[in-house]
Amino acid sequence: MGTSEYKGKASELLNGKDIKIGQSITIHTAVGGYSGLLLPRYELFDDNHIVIKLGNGYNIGIDITKIISIEKNCSELQYSAYINGKFLDSKSESLDEFRVPILDLKDSLPRVALISTGGTIGSKIDYRTGGVTSVMSASDLYLSVPEISKYASVDTEMLLNEYSENLVPDDWTLMANKIIEKINTGIYKGIILSHGTDTMHYTSAALSFALRNTPIPIVLTGAQRSSDRPSSDAALNLIGATRFAVKSEHSGVFVVMHANTSDGLLACHLGTRVRKNHTSSRDAFESINLEPIALIDSDSIKMQSNNMLKLTRRGEGKHSSYETSFDRHVVLLQYYPGFEPTIISDLVKNGCKAIIFEGTGLGHVSRDCFTQLKQAIESGIMIFMTSQCLWGRVNMNVYNTGRDLLGIGIIPLSDMTPETALTKAMWLIANNESSVEIKWKMQENMCNEITYVSPIEIDKK
Amino acid sequence: MTTNKLDINLKVGLEIHQQLATGTKLFCQCRSNEDEEYTLDFSRSLRPAQSELGIIDPAALFESKKIQSFRYLAANRTSCLVEADEEPPHCINREALESALIFSLALNSHIADEIHVMRKIVIDGSNTSGFQRTMLISMGGFVEVNGKRTGVQSICLEEDASKLISDKNSKREFGLDRLGIPLVEIALEPVSITPPEVMQLALGLGRILRASKRVARGIGSIRQDVNISVEDGRVVEIKGVQKLDQLVKVIQYEANRQHGLIIITDKLKNELGIKEIRCDNGIVDVTDILRRSSSRKIIESLKDQSTVYKAFKIEGFAGMLGFEPYEGIRLGKELSQLVRFYGIGGIFHSDELPGYGITKENLDSIERKLAKSSKNDAFIIIGGGLTNVNFAIESLIQRLKAVLEGVPAETRAATPSGETIYIRPRPGSARMYPETDIAPIKVDSLLLDSLRQKIPRPIEEYTNEMISKFGLNKKLAEEIFDSQYLNLFEKIVSSTKISPTFVASKLTEDITNLERQGYDSSLLSDERVLEIFNELDKGRIAKESVPILYEKFMKREINRVEEFESGFETMTERQLEDEIEGILNNHLDAINEKGMNSLGMLMGRTMAMLKGRSDGQKINKILKDKLEQMLALREQ
Ligand SMILES: [Zn+2]
Repeated sequence: MGTSEYKGKASELLNGKDIKIGQSITIHTAVGGYSGLLLPRYELFDDNHIVIKLGNGYNIGIDITKIISIEKNCSELQYSAYINGKFLDSKSESLDEFRVPILDLKDSLPRVALISTGGTIGSKIDYRTGGVTSVMSASDLYLSVPEISKYASVDTEMLLNEYSENLVPDDWTLMANKIIEKINTGIYKGIILSHGTDTMHYTSAALSFALRNTPIPIVLTGAQRSSDRPSSDAALNLIGATRFAVKSEHSGVFVVMHANTSDGLLACHLGTRVRKNHTSSRDAFESINLEPIALIDSDSIKMQSNNMLKLTRRGEGKHSSYETSFDRHVVLLQYYPGFEPTIISDLVKNGCKAIIFEGTGLGHVSRDCFTQLKQAIESGIMIFMTSQCLWGRVNMNVYNTGRDLLGIGIIPLSDMTPETALTKAMWLIANNESSVEIKWKMQENMCNEITYVSPIEIDKK
Repeated sequence: MTTNKLDINLKVGLEIHQQLATGTKLFCQCRSNEDEEYTLDFSRSLRPAQSELGIIDPAALFESKKIQSFRYLAANRTSCLVEADEEPPHCINREALESALIFSLALNSHIADEIHVMRKIVIDGSNTSGFQRTMLISMGGFVEVNGKRTGVQSICLEEDASKLISDKNSKREFGLDRLGIPLVEIALEPVSITPPEVMQLALGLGRILRASKRVARGIGSIRQDVNISVEDGRVVEIKGVQKLDQLVKVIQYEANRQHGLIIITDKLKNELGIKEIRCDNGIVDVTDILRRSSSRKIIESLKDQSTVYKAFKIEGFAGMLGFEPYEGIRLGKELSQLVRFYGIGGIFHSDELPGYGITKENLDSIERKLAKSSKNDAFIIIGGGLTNVNFAIESLIQRLKAVLEGVPAETRAATPSGETIYIRPRPGSARMYPETDIAPIKVDSLLLDSLRQKIPRPIEEYTNEMISKFGLNKKLAEEIFDSQYLNLFEKIVSSTKISPTFVASKLTEDITNLERQGYDSSLLSDERVLEIFNELDKGRIAKESVPILYEKFMKREINRVEEFESGFETMTERQLEDEIEGILNNHLDAINEKGMNSLGMLMGRTMAMLKGRSDGQKINKILKDKLEQMLALREQ
């Protein structure tokens, strides 16, 4: 999280007195003194201030040029500061301890594995220093979401500890293999993967392909408000994910998050159809071009009926074959007015194997790109078309540009989201030899990433 | 019997919360107006945050016991995703920060070199995030009122909370409009002081803030909290004193209450020799016994199948629950207030029974069931839904066990009548941690130098200036200064040609009169008042219409001055003449008798009839002309 020791002059001052972060100190200045705990300082901030947490709970930064002396306190002091010779009492009272009882877990409950990978949902704060750590142990989980013990007995494992913007395709492989290991124990009714939200929809799509034969539900969930806040959405999302993992009649890869801004209704999305569509709100995740597969309220799980989808029933998956590799040599490229066509030839030079275009409208890029596109395809690159509109279907037969692009060999991907197309291409390239086969499979519906009917109205919830 | 403050070492620490007039909120660009036209709503629940050590803030745990669902009402004009806790806070409002720094300079308080925004855990639902953003601006300093200095403890800048709209059946409703309005909190040192002196102090501090012209006006824009303690007692925090005369009553009440609790403790320890409170020895169900009582209230409550009544005894406590060291101060009352928190109306206790329809026979059965062996034992009966009753009993036992400690540290609320009621235990310091979404703010010394120019001058300078500049008398100058309408007064006087004395009296006496009649002056916005005086300036309304318009706004009869004028404009000159002729014809006897001398009386009658619908001078002129004509005709 970027919290670190002091640097520069501040660090000299503290080291000289052998003062460590978390110790109780008094800092004397010309007007008086401040007393409290020495706090760490974020790397990005200047090294001219020392931060302490005063007895009244507030943090302040003290300019080191104004410091006359610093000393360690022998015992906890009862005041926050003395200014102009006067002690200013802290407003706080001594704090009573309240311990949360350790829960008795019933053996009869269905078992669920919770694999944590990091992100907001697993972050915890040290209230004393304000440092944020990203840990989710089994005991942390039961302490922070005791309701979970009503639905399942949860085994937790921390696989990764990354904010999701730092994840790479190899991490998807790691996650897929860990999940397979859990599936193969045969003891779990479902598996929950806690994940940072930024790229959760890439992971859910990637896992959908890698684990397409799973016999049990794999449920991804995250939090848009961190777990240290009383208003966090983490607990409700985790409870909903657990309930779905235990109760779902279907196997597959799903994402469970808030359906709207209220705490109450959760939406369950198909891993290949979901997208993060808002930077910060609780209901940022939406299914694209179809309704969420299920709605979860406090009493029930309602599956939406949708006869266009091929859903596997729990237990029906073939246990044998999983393909969990991904090839990074695929590029997701958004077209825009003024797009420089040589970007395409540069990608070819750099070893790119496939390009997923986010074209305009029905799936277009300017005719200025035609030459480079032709050359790229002639050199063996696969080029696929999705739409930056996200909503709706690519159709390259309506306008001349589209027809020309088809003629060049650009392959339209129907109503597949750009992110899903990217992970699918990465997965197909890693696990197939022939480009003919890859191109064919890209257009084939494998994990409900394509639906062939566009509903008139979609209730986004 | 009243307490002597010197005997009990009464200490009062005043804490003022003043909304700032910044136009926008502290951490987003929403308008900082209160607004009740809500168009959006959503629901949330809050969970207490948990530190690594497994320690939860006691207040947070307490709130979480009352499992709640919160409903928030909002309008796009006054709330955005930041208030909804759906977007991180934006940069701090510079104007609000400047105001807080200016107040710190004005009160000689020592400003922090670097300000850190904190999250103060508040899980009563009043903050959607579950915390209030607050920052320590400065510490130390003093405020000087009537030549007496009182120390300043700290000055903080923080977000105001949501407005509680309703609180029923463990579901609370809040309005988001007030959430995030910048608020300056000034905490003064606890001092030995008489209640009237506290009032002077609050008034003096309020004047310093108002003199800056940077503070909001209206009901609720300033709130006083007081920390009150007596010798041997812990500090009790009283929230939500809105009026200064209420402050005096609250302090007197708390002094009696706290000292009363100490007298009770003393009696328990020294007279009754109780060293430990034993009250958790068997809780019994007395529902069936009370079914046979003659209390209509109890019988009514038992129609609900889920209602249970439980009782428990307190050893050696007979007489102590009803013991009244000061008028209205009883342990029984304290306990009754405590259980209201769990949606339970109150308790019955043995010192007041038989009574309330609970018969001697009922009591005998209850005592048998409780295995009450000694006459010296007391007991408590409590009824309601099972979960609530269980929670409430747990709280009662906790409170009773603390009786020997005297005054518990708690947060209480001031009632309009000047008493206080229990809200929650006082929170500890674990309830604060850093707001990581906002970088620390370095306080620039150059900025401070420039802000020093903006320190408000002493009130005498302002009033003297108003006397010389606007020709106001001293009383009116002070009144307008204290009235919260100072900014508005200056705006009106500078933008119209209306006499300043007239404006000042309309902004003070007239509004105060309407407030005394029970009208809510917060319904009269600055914009509307300005509009009224602009219309007056243009001659579109009469001087007499000003208070009538105030009243119409406060009654919500009109939303704009136009609506009133359109009623007024339909009265043409011709209609006015007709009306006046009608009045003259109705008073022919008086006119015959008094001649021109009847003009005063007629003017009074006419004004009463046409109140505010036309200009007084115009009416006077027409009336006089008509009367003269009439008398002239008669003489012919
Ligand atoms: Zn806002």
